[in-house]
Amino acid sequence: MTAYLVWRLIQTAVVLLVMSFVIYGLIGLMPGDPVDIMAASIPGMTPEVMANLKAIYGLDQPLMTRYARWLMAALGGDFGYSRTHSLPVLQVLAPALLQTCKLMVASFVLSVILSMALGLISALRPGGWVDSIISLFAFAGISVPVFWLALILILAFAVGLQWLPASGMGRVGDYGFWDQTRHLVLPVLTLTLANTGQFTRYVRAAMIETLQMDFVRTARAKGAAPSRVVFVHALRNAMVPVVTIMALSFGTLFSGALVTETMFAQMGMGKMIYDSILSNDFNLALTGLLFATLVTLIANFAADIAYALLDPRITLQ
Amino acid sequence: MSLAEKAPPLAGGRAASDSIWALRWKRFRQHRGGVASLVVLALLAAFCLAAGPLETLRGVDAVQTDLFKRYEPPSAEHWLGTDDAGRDELARLMRGGQISLLVGLLATVIGGVFGVTLGLLAGYFGGRLDSALMRFTDGMIALPLLPLLIVLGAIDLTKLGFSPDTAHSPSMSFWRIIVIIALVDWTAIARLVRASTLSVKEREFVLASRAGGAGHLHIMAAHILPNIITPIIVAFTLTVGRVILFESVLSFLGFGVTPPTPSWGNMLNNAQELVTVAPALAIYPGLLIFITVIAVNFLGDAMQHAFDPRSEE
Repeated sequence: MTAYLVWRLIQTAVVLLVMSFVIYGLIGLMPGDPVDIMAASIPGMTPEVMANLKAIYGLDQPLMTRYARWLMAALGGDFGYSRTHSLPVLQVLAPALLQTCKLMVASFVLSVILSMALGLISALRPGGWVDSIISLFAFAGISVPVFWLALILILAFAVGLQWLPASGMGRVGDYGFWDQTRHLVLPVLTLTLANTGQFTRYVRAAMIETLQMDFVRTARAKGAAPSRVVFVHALRNAMVPVVTIMALSFGTLFSGALVTETMFAQMGMGKMIYDSILSNDFNLALTGLLFATLVTLIANFAADIAYALLDPRITLQ
Repeated sequence: MSLAEKAPPLAGGRAASDSIWALRWKRFRQHRGGVASLVVLALLAAFCLAAGPLETLRGVDAVQTDLFKRYEPPSAEHWLGTDDAGRDELARLMRGGQISLLVGLLATVIGGVFGVTLGLLAGYFGGRLDSALMRFTDGMIALPLLPLLIVLGAIDLTKLGFSPDTAHSPSMSFWRIIVIIALVDWTAIARLVRASTLSVKEREFVLASRAGGAGHLHIMAAHILPNIITPIIVAFTLTVGRVILFESVLSFLGFGVTPPTPSWGNMLNNAQELVTVAPALAIYPGLLIFITVIAVNFLGDAMQHAFDPRSEE
């Protein structure tokens, strides 16, 4: 077990290192470079001064040299300044990370609860009309473009019914707990609906498989109450693969969060990455993307361990 | 009547291979959602392909802007009204559909062929090659794809050596989105093909072929691939749906198909404005994406049911 954990940790670190290089290289291929952008706002900038500036910032060096220099600084905790926010990158990212956590945790928990209920009901009578309706709902959840779902919800609840705010994180002057919560309702609803479809299909498949297993038949045969068989015997066993696969879908959840935050103007990680790429804020984009990758890797790592801990039949090696 | 005429067709002969597909077709038809999806997809394809003829017939086109006619309601001239630049909405929906569907198919085929090749090699040769390829695949799966796609979509192609004219041409924006989606969306197929290859490669017919001196390439192409083709077809189908969603969100965010070329995604670029000014225009393109993808997913589900005799529900 320990050997496996160490091996997985090394693996995760390697993937992160490789990704940092790939992302660094890709960001370098985006239009312009920091000095070009600076020059664009200074009239009378001469080519000599620009060349000088590029030399000072090391932008004339080859990619590997620049990357090595960035990596050394990053390992020391220095991720540079954000161009658009005029703050150290980490100071900009910290509140965004918190905002994204709120959104993602809330929708993840709601999706899990909802999908467990729906998947369970579906699995009790596969092929029945209730199952058909739930399956249709699940397919709809998988197939809907998240940004359009957000649009429809805005159209219905903000423009039409005027129950909820269409965007933002709070009203100027209020910004209390309830105000912030009100602003989170539609984003959370969007992300929850978008995830529940896939999750429901996982739960349904796992429950159908488990309900056919010998130990469930044994439990029924010995006279356990039907509800006890479903909730205690079957559900607990079906949950193991389901929880794992849900944790593995973290990357998808984050992609959904990016879209949702952009649609509802929530200053989370997703919107921050999107904005920073649009506005050529290279340091912020690079660090944001790496954070997103890191968090996804950690989630996958945790899923692996949880899988082993929950199911005694699995041994990690 | 001679004996040969009475004998059933030989296994492996044409009649036998026809009959397995006939059987699968029969099972497919039992799936109501699948049949309905096939009809819906055929209608959608016809809708998009009719763009040219219908434009000639109605005397409108998808490109002509008219700023005096912004956001017009449906009329005899513009059946679904006009958009923010006074262009015919219906014509743009049809043209945009061509782009969105074509991107979906092409990116799936390109990424899919890559995934199949990788999965076949990993599964067939095993060992070091297998672990290296699968670590690579696992690494890709772990990544948050959308942010990565946005970065890929933001790349300045002139820095890769393309001339500015080529880099900013409409056909480049079309091929760029196909390539970047294909670059990231091959992992599911690669894993599936690897697993299927592993389950087939030790079977008698493969061993017999190998004992007969067949080369690796021949074994993979003639014996393994035909025997794992059904899960590959299902996976390709489901990938088409996912790719269409990726294309739409990237184009919506401004990193995909660039205007004035319409795609269902970029027709919603100014959605925030549409929601208040012309809500119907915010609904049409997304609804078409939604219908297309849900039909594709149902089709995949029906094919899975048809191809796998064990799935009885």
